[in-house]
Amino acid sequence: MKAYEVIKNSYYDSVTLMSTTVSIKKDLNLKDLVMFMGTDMNKEMIQSVGLYDQKFDDATPNDLLLGVEMDQEVDQWVDQVLSKLNNQNKTQDESETVYKTIAQAKKAKDSNIAIISVPGIYAANEAYKALENNMHVMLFSDNVSVEDEIGLKDLAIKKDLLMMGPDCGTAIINGKGLCFANQVSKGEIGLVAASGTGLQEVTVIIDRFGGGISQAIGVGGRDLSEAVGGRMMLKGMDALDEDEQTKVIVLISKPPHQTVLDKILKKIKTMHKPVVVCLLDAKVDQTLKDTYFVSTLTEAAQKALELNHIKTPDLMEIDEETNALINYEIKQKQETQSKIKGLFCGGTLTAEALSVLRSKVDQITSNVAKKENEKMKNPLESKGHNLVDLGDDMFTQGKPHPMIEPMIRLDRILLEAKNPETSVILLDFELGLGSHEDPVGVTIETIDEAKKIAQKDNRSLTFVAYVCGTKQDHQGLEKAEAMLKEHGVIIANTNAHAALIASKIIGGR
Amino acid sequence: MSTLKLFNETLKVVNVGSPSFKKDYETQQLDYVHLEWRPPANGDLKLLSLLNKIRPKMELIEKANEEVVSKIKAAEAKLVAVKKAVDVIPQMTKHTILHSGPPIAFDKMAGPMQGAIIGALMYEGLAKDQDEAIKLAKSGKITFDSAHHHQAVGPMAGIISASMPVHVLYNETHKNYSYCTINEGLGKVLRYGANSKEVLDRLKFMEETVMPVLNEAVELADGIDIKAIITQALHMGDECHNRNKASSALFLREVAGYIVSTSFSDEMKSGTLNFIKNNEHYFLNLSMPYCKLALDSARNTKHSTVVVAMSRNGVDFGIQLAHSDKWFTAPANYVKGLMFPGFTEDDAAPDIGDSAITETCGIGGFAMGGAPAIVQFVGGVVKQAYDYSKEMHEITSGKHQVFTLPPLDFMPTALGIDILKVVETNILPIINTGMAHKEAGVGQVGAGLVNPPMACFEKALEDYAKGV
Repeated sequence: MKAYEVIKNSYYDSVTLMSTTVSIKKDLNLKDLVMFMGTDMNKEMIQSVGLYDQKFDDATPNDLLLGVEMDQEVDQWVDQVLSKLNNQNKTQDESETVYKTIAQAKKAKDSNIAIISVPGIYAANEAYKALENNMHVMLFSDNVSVEDEIGLKDLAIKKDLLMMGPDCGTAIINGKGLCFANQVSKGEIGLVAASGTGLQEVTVIIDRFGGGISQAIGVGGRDLSEAVGGRMMLKGMDALDEDEQTKVIVLISKPPHQTVLDKILKKIKTMHKPVVVCLLDAKVDQTLKDTYFVSTLTEAAQKALELNHIKTPDLMEIDEETNALINYEIKQKQETQSKIKGLFCGGTLTAEALSVLRSKVDQITSNVAKKENEKMKNPLESKGHNLVDLGDDMFTQGKPHPMIEPMIRLDRILLEAKNPETSVILLDFELGLGSHEDPVGVTIETIDEAKKIAQKDNRSLTFVAYVCGTKQDHQGLEKAEAMLKEHGVIIANTNAHAALIASKIIGGR
Repeated sequence: MSTLKLFNETLKVVNVGSPSFKKDYETQQLDYVHLEWRPPANGDLKLLSLLNKIRPKMELIEKANEEVVSKIKAAEAKLVAVKKAVDVIPQMTKHTILHSGPPIAFDKMAGPMQGAIIGALMYEGLAKDQDEAIKLAKSGKITFDSAHHHQAVGPMAGIISASMPVHVLYNETHKNYSYCTINEGLGKVLRYGANSKEVLDRLKFMEETVMPVLNEAVELADGIDIKAIITQALHMGDECHNRNKASSALFLREVAGYIVSTSFSDEMKSGTLNFIKNNEHYFLNLSMPYCKLALDSARNTKHSTVVVAMSRNGVDFGIQLAHSDKWFTAPANYVKGLMFPGFTEDDAAPDIGDSAITETCGIGGFAMGGAPAIVQFVGGVVKQAYDYSKEMHEITSGKHQVFTLPPLDFMPTALGIDILKVVETNILPIINTGMAHKEAGVGQVGAGLVNPPMACFEKALEDYAKGV
């Protein structure tokens, strides 16, 4: 059936009418609906659609014409159509503003830093855009070419901006942790680091013993290569030297290229604040005023605290309680059990453990080793003293990094447990922003299972663990450590301390 | 030192990439914006490498682009005459037919364009009927060319033949001219490919009545400032492409007194007045040549990557850059929007007409924020119109301080589409436009929004990079 109505003196914009016709037709389940103002042209159009009525003849352009065709009668269709039409006219919800480009966001929000984690092939382009918009950059992405890294860092230096990365996983700027960082107190110790977990470890230790961080600048793992030449490390050193809140400066990196090391030492000579240099394995036979060369992250933190006039106990000391645990464990061992198996999520933590253990045990190998004789031939195989960085590309192809998903370590723990030579399994757990919500929780059952596997073979497996985190970290440091202790895991003060404990258990030097 | 400044201000993050960091920002009450990021240049590494190749030239390019933008802004536009095309348009002959968009052969043309050409040939008396017109069009005796090559533009099919009256606009700043036909109104009209007697009769009326009356009126007025009308109309809810209600009324107000003062009969005067009054799109055929005039004045600027023409012939969409006269074309998109009753999207022809010249010049879709009524074409909310106008600033080199949008605190419209920015951001110019029926002569079937194909910009970039 068809029905018609003229609503006198009710002007609606033609576009409103046309745009709502479809939805009203659908909502009311009408076969057809026309809604037009009564102009001659509209009347003609309605005629052509076949919904014209004599009622419309006298209508004026100020009158609303309604024509409807219904399969079954809709109650009070006129009221319903009008109420829907009037509803439509009311202000609609504002759609949320969407930002598609860095420039847009900069303009709207006056943002001062871009954190970029897009696929590497696109990352440099975004970083250029950010710098061109006078924003500092933290470039989390990897797979950025060296040429782009140099280009980006040169542009940043020219504009006096920070270009952290590529492959920069950790920074703390103005007390805010970026990407993978721990919640630490604000303070007077500033860091520049070419290492994510290295930066985390040092800031965590500083926080734990009452110190605080002014700024922790990441520069990306390749910054201290010969090609990049430490561009951002040098820039960061300048910035911290000038920053009034910073009283002590800590530099962290895996061993840099010699030419870069020379530049850093040269820069240090011009600086006005005490500098702690932690280049892990790098040998520095120099004595510089107010400069302290250390070889572990633990020492770096400890030295920085000392320079910041904060007293700490000797973090590498093994206290009586721990000593008792060690002695107990030693007594349980079978003769075959002689090896340390370190399974790490943190790359720099692996390297630090290597530098601690190198002098304590014979023939230790690792997939992070630089020296030929220390390189692990097959990181997938458990053989001898091994320190495996499970964040290595070969383990993470198509998978999340073990700091995000520690589950990828579980199978490896079981593999080590089955190896009769395994005596100690050394583990790190990272808390903080970016990291897994409960890394200890997802691992704990596997630790129990590993122990059972060994026990069936009359072996006693020792787990030594270090939890890199602060009390403020949302995962809960105390909870994590308590859970590990409850399951018979020996807890270390620091990562280096954990390596030392492991060496004691196998009777290392 | 800027780094030290950062250490002493509140951190405000733009997160580009993984949304998983969002919760960490929230935990720390860190002020952040998460970008709706998509790979630039549609993830095309070849294009990205071209962009990188150009990067060292950026300063030169930016300078050239600024020059282009300032020329466009400096252009003035007066309607100075209404004359027969053959008398004013350069290289126009009795046997020349100009059309919208990039050049195209008759056989390849869209239905509405062919229909309009058939009508034009009959109107010119070169053919008696449709069959004869088709034969003539295919005979090679007719020269078809892009109107753009003759400083002319036309909406939809954009057909200009020798006897058609055209608005003549003059730019006092750069001493150049532009031309555009007179808008015929809605319904069955030549620009949509209609060529019935009614259509041809109207064209004759325009030639015999509107042209002489208007020409004399314009002379009496000593020219009519078209740019000034656009400026005002943007404050009255027009964007001067798809909505010309205010501008058409303003134009009539400017010209009406002079029409009355002309030497013609009352019948001719009232015929002309009513013709303008009854067409709320009258002004489109004045805003378009204004844009053409301004954009042409910026041509031949070395190194510039700014677009000076965007146009469609119903098959292809073409763009031209300020540094060369080359067209970069790709198949035109279909307009998305509101269909008039009785029509479906299947009825629509691909995007057609020179009217995207308005967006090229910073009005039309770019000024949608000042013409909120337009968003209803796409069933959107007013804020979308605001967002479009804001977003266009991401892809332009400058802004048009004279053209401002009241709802956005008088924000200037975005001006000078830069192909580098388009390719890089994936943001395409937004065009408000009408939809033609794919068959000749049916007319307008809807209106809505459309984008140029990205391929035009990509091709332009490839060509540009070759020269670097």
